[in-house]
Amino acid sequence: MSFLFNGFASWKEYCETQQLKLHQPVLEYETKQKGRSEEEVFNGLLQAYEVMKEAVNSGLSEEMSSRSGMIKNGAKKVYNHPVTVLSPEFQKLISRALAAKEVNSCMGRIVAAPTAGASGILPGVLYTLQDLHNLSDKKIVEGLLVSAGIALIIEQKASLAGAVGGCQAETGSAAAMASGAIVYCLGGSVDQVFNAVAITIQCMLGLICDPVAGLVEVPCVVRNASAAAIANSSAQIALADVSAVIPVDECVDAMGEVGQSMETRYKETALGGLAATKTGQQISKRVLVQDIEILPDEDK
Amino acid sequence: MAERSSVFDMIGPVMIGPSSSHTAGVVRIARAAIRVLGDQPEEAEITFYNSFAQTYEGHGSDRAIIAGLLDFKTDDKRIKKSLDHAKEKGLKYTFKSVGNASTFHPNTIRLVLKSGNKEVEVIGESRGGGVIRITEVNGFTAGFSANLHTIIITADDRPGSIAFIADVISQDGCNIATMSVSRKGKNDIACQVLEMDSGLRPLTIEYLNSLNWVHNLIYIPNID
Ligand code: SF4
Repeated sequence: MSFLFNGFASWKEYCETQQLKLHQPVLEYETKQKGRSEEEVFNGLLQAYEVMKEAVNSGLSEEMSSRSGMIKNGAKKVYNHPVTVLSPEFQKLISRALAAKEVNSCMGRIVAAPTAGASGILPGVLYTLQDLHNLSDKKIVEGLLVSAGIALIIEQKASLAGAVGGCQAETGSAAAMASGAIVYCLGGSVDQVFNAVAITIQCMLGLICDPVAGLVEVPCVVRNASAAAIANSSAQIALADVSAVIPVDECVDAMGEVGQSMETRYKETALGGLAATKTGQQISKRVLVQDIEILPDEDK
Repeated sequence: MAERSSVFDMIGPVMIGPSSSHTAGVVRIARAAIRVLGDQPEEAEITFYNSFAQTYEGHGSDRAIIAGLLDFKTDDKRIKKSLDHAKEKGLKYTFKSVGNASTFHPNTIRLVLKSGNKEVEVIGESRGGGVIRITEVNGFTAGFSANLHTIIITADDRPGSIAFIADVISQDGCNIATMSVSRKGKNDIACQVLEMDSGLRPLTIEYLNSLNWVHNLIYIPNID
């Protein structure tokens, strides 16, 4: 059974030989490997989805600010802005992803999916998808199972942590999970779901992790919005049967390879990219604790 | 090979932001530490080391540690306002930052907790994803994760004591997952830390505690 999440190809093959829908092997994995009943898994995911929606709603209604002051009520402004760039739905998608991630930055309750830094993407995408297409909670939970399967494979073959693989591993993986869930929930085929994952990874590949002052705020919050948008654009492409050309398993390998060769200053160390800019440095001076007793170097 | 992740590691955990190592992990270190004390602390001295030293305020680890000392869980919304709750409950605390402590893991916290005339010192690491490791208890090497059931026994260092304790525990049907022993000197006091998959009966704990060569026994059931 555990061979299943070694790759997308074997996941698909298993579905075909066993005549299963895409989410079923993931459910089976969890019940067999972790000893949970199907009902427990289903209810647990439903609860997680409730927390996601609650985070979106509180981010769009409550006053909040992060400790550093960098994140402050951005989602509400976007949600209520009179100028609509594309469509009201797009505006809502963006503000919902921002909202849930802002709640995270402001010490509110969220679901790490797959990580806390990427905690706005699935909420923004799924909330909007359910709203637009009148999907049942059951369908959304199936979509979450598909997302989890995608993440299990990425974790195995590449990484989900910014400190290991850069931001492509965090917001990139979350976008891939969300994109796969969209296509699945809208009735796409297995190939279309995996194509959406592949296309999303192609779009997010190479993104570095460079949080200003080491805080999960800038650029993390806006990247949750852009990742939500990319998840949707990839789904739109994949549903039309446009091929990703490079198969999904190879895209994940590429992500692992890029992550491995990325320099450490681009892996959550706050030493490169935006964190290293003049303004980034100034902010870090202001918000970080300066009163530190420094121990002498140990003799080697 | 490491154990494979669960669906709920991918969609989860449900937690208070901003980061699992700076909030969830920190809360859990404090929850483990108050169980070592065996009481609600009246006073706490908290030292953040290395990468925590600079970022603990920005990430809200100060509120997370106080929340854990008040025994709030990792997904408790009161974490954000824990400093107010501490004031209400009369918990006194001080924060210190120490950088460049090369023998410590990047995200290390040291807690000195007092209640009445009891005092304990606990050192813990937040290893990412909310996973922790308590590395030291009262100067003894510990090394437990607090997601199983843990007992910490300080006893005379004498032949057969480890086998004896393991045997008593096995009578409760407990499977020992990990075990470590550290001591101050030969035939001095030894500290044994055992992690078990299931809990012990109160009677077993009482029995072990009653042995004249056992000085102290701390039992920490799964902290979540
Ligand atoms: S920049 Fe780094 S900390 Fe921020 S979301 Fe991306 S991976 Fe996470």
